[in-house]
Amino acid sequence: MNATPHIEVRDLAMAYGDFIVQRGLDFTVNQGDIFVVMGGNGCGKTTLMRALVGLQRPAAGAVLYSGEDFWNAGPEAQQRLKRRLGILFQGGALWSSLTLAENVALPLAEYTGLAPARVDEIVAFKLALVGLAGFEDFYPAELSGGMKKRAALARAMALDPDILVIDEPSSGLDPLTARRLDELIMELRDSLGTTIVVVTHELASILSIGNNSIYLDSESHTMIATGHPQDALKNGHPKVRQFLTRGGTA
Amino acid sequence: MRGAQAWQLEVNPSGDPATLVIALGGRWRIDQHLPAADTLQATLAAPVRQIRFDAGKLSDWDSGLLTFVSGISKSCAARDIAVDNSGLPPGAQRLLAMAAAVPEQKLAARDPGPQGALAQVGSATLEFVHGAPQMLNFLGELVLSLLRLVSGRARFRARDLWLEIEEVGPRALPIVSVISFLVGLILAYLGADQLKLVGAQIFIADLVAIGMVREIGALMTGIIIAGRTGAAFAAQLGTMQVNEEIDAYQTLGISAFDFLVLPRVLALMLMVPLLTLYSAFIGMLAGLLVSLTIFDIGVFEYYTETLRALEFKQFAVGLSKGTVYGAIVAFAGCLRGMQCGRSAEAVGHAATSAVVTAILLITIAASIMTIVYYQLGI
Repeated sequence: MNATPHIEVRDLAMAYGDFIVQRGLDFTVNQGDIFVVMGGNGCGKTTLMRALVGLQRPAAGAVLYSGEDFWNAGPEAQQRLKRRLGILFQGGALWSSLTLAENVALPLAEYTGLAPARVDEIVAFKLALVGLAGFEDFYPAELSGGMKKRAALARAMALDPDILVIDEPSSGLDPLTARRLDELIMELRDSLGTTIVVVTHELASILSIGNNSIYLDSESHTMIATGHPQDALKNGHPKVRQFLTRGGTA
Repeated sequence: MRGAQAWQLEVNPSGDPATLVIALGGRWRIDQHLPAADTLQATLAAPVRQIRFDAGKLSDWDSGLLTFVSGISKSCAARDIAVDNSGLPPGAQRLLAMAAAVPEQKLAARDPGPQGALAQVGSATLEFVHGAPQMLNFLGELVLSLLRLVSGRARFRARDLWLEIEEVGPRALPIVSVISFLVGLILAYLGADQLKLVGAQIFIADLVAIGMVREIGALMTGIIIAGRTGAAFAAQLGTMQVNEEIDAYQTLGISAFDFLVLPRVLALMLMVPLLTLYSAFIGMLAGLLVSLTIFDIGVFEYYTETLRALEFKQFAVGLSKGTVYGAIVAFAGCLRGMQCGRSAEAVGHAATSAVVTAILLITIAASIMTIVYYQLGI
């Protein structure tokens, strides 16, 4: 591991027209972190995610991957950086005209030049990893919401990305499946060293898997806490403690 | 780059002839052109009863290794050979255990496979046979809904009706203008060419006026609206179907039919006759322009000849056709939209199918009405 942080965000601001969603965001994500982005509804969590993965240009500031500024890089460098990212969208965003196997195979076929038989083996393994072995020939429309989410995770990790960005992994999942997904996320970090950025407000997940976090406040439009979620729970900003205890203690 | 050497794979016998040791070394990553799991098929034969892994020289791995190992495990399971994963890195063991935790859904796997030509003809026929009652059903619902409207019990928002009227009427004027003008132009040239032979160019006015008012105005408008509005209706309702919006109406006890289909049908039945008249007027203007510039017929002459040619029954025929075509477009668009499946592809299919159905039905209706009106002497 080198000294430059894996992901570094410097003075980032995101806006829609004149409306500033968040500003002054400064944080670092180290390799192997499970970094949780917390905050209430509408505070800009998903907007931050879109700025991180190259879908929405921030109004100001920089996003650096291993020291390389994403938004000031050329198209080829951006392409190379994007290749290191796996993204799980909130609604899954599976391609509805492709079967699950084709969904997972597309990034592999596009980027690796592997033989089709090898791609099929990898697809089968990834689907097994999310508990969907045997569903290769199903179309997304034929699946339940939780299954779509898991299939989308299989697609996000198709290329074994360095960094997995996950928007709301456990929304719509039953508690046991949600926990299995949390375990899988931790295992990916432990065994493959994947860095994980997760946007969530699932308290159980935040406290059990996160080892670093930021809290985005929707009133002051900036971050009001960083650090380990357990620390934030014990002696963080009152708003963050309220969030982490469902308003229990102020 | 450190450790850039490729993967290594060796199959070593152990002390016991029933146990095979698979030694893995180097980099096992998916971008390394790894071997297929069945390269070991030949070695997994009797008397082997058990395999072990030795990952001592493994420098770097990702799911490429896991895929390979799980492939081998599958072949072994098929031959009753025990697999001992304990020689693999601990992380790999845990991930493999996770992948094996939920057994494969055998029932889930299915493959309809490609159909033969005969089977395709069969399923297309069945689809048509099943489609016909659905169409009649929809027509019945539409009639019931119109009856509710007449008796004042149909519920929909007046604002929706006005929005639809604006969308299908005024906003269609530019395209209707362009097409009607060009069709009027063609009609005038076509007629002039023939009428010149008998020196009766003045009858261009009759031809264009009767042609546009009676037939072409309605037909062109119907086809334009089918492409423009019918497809839009199908796509809107189809997307609502995908988002479960239509189910949401049903659960509230609101008839999605009254709420969504009725305003669209009404808007088209009100607007298409008006567009038909407008189209006929533009077509006649084009005829005038051609007569004036090419065939030296005066404005006043053309005007009086047009008035003489147009009787009330011509308008009645044109307007009745326009109304029917409007209803057909609305029917086809809403039918295909409501029948839409739950995927992006289905929405595209619904839009295409709405246009095809509308144009087919318009052509059939046009033929029937023309024959009936002729027989009735209208």
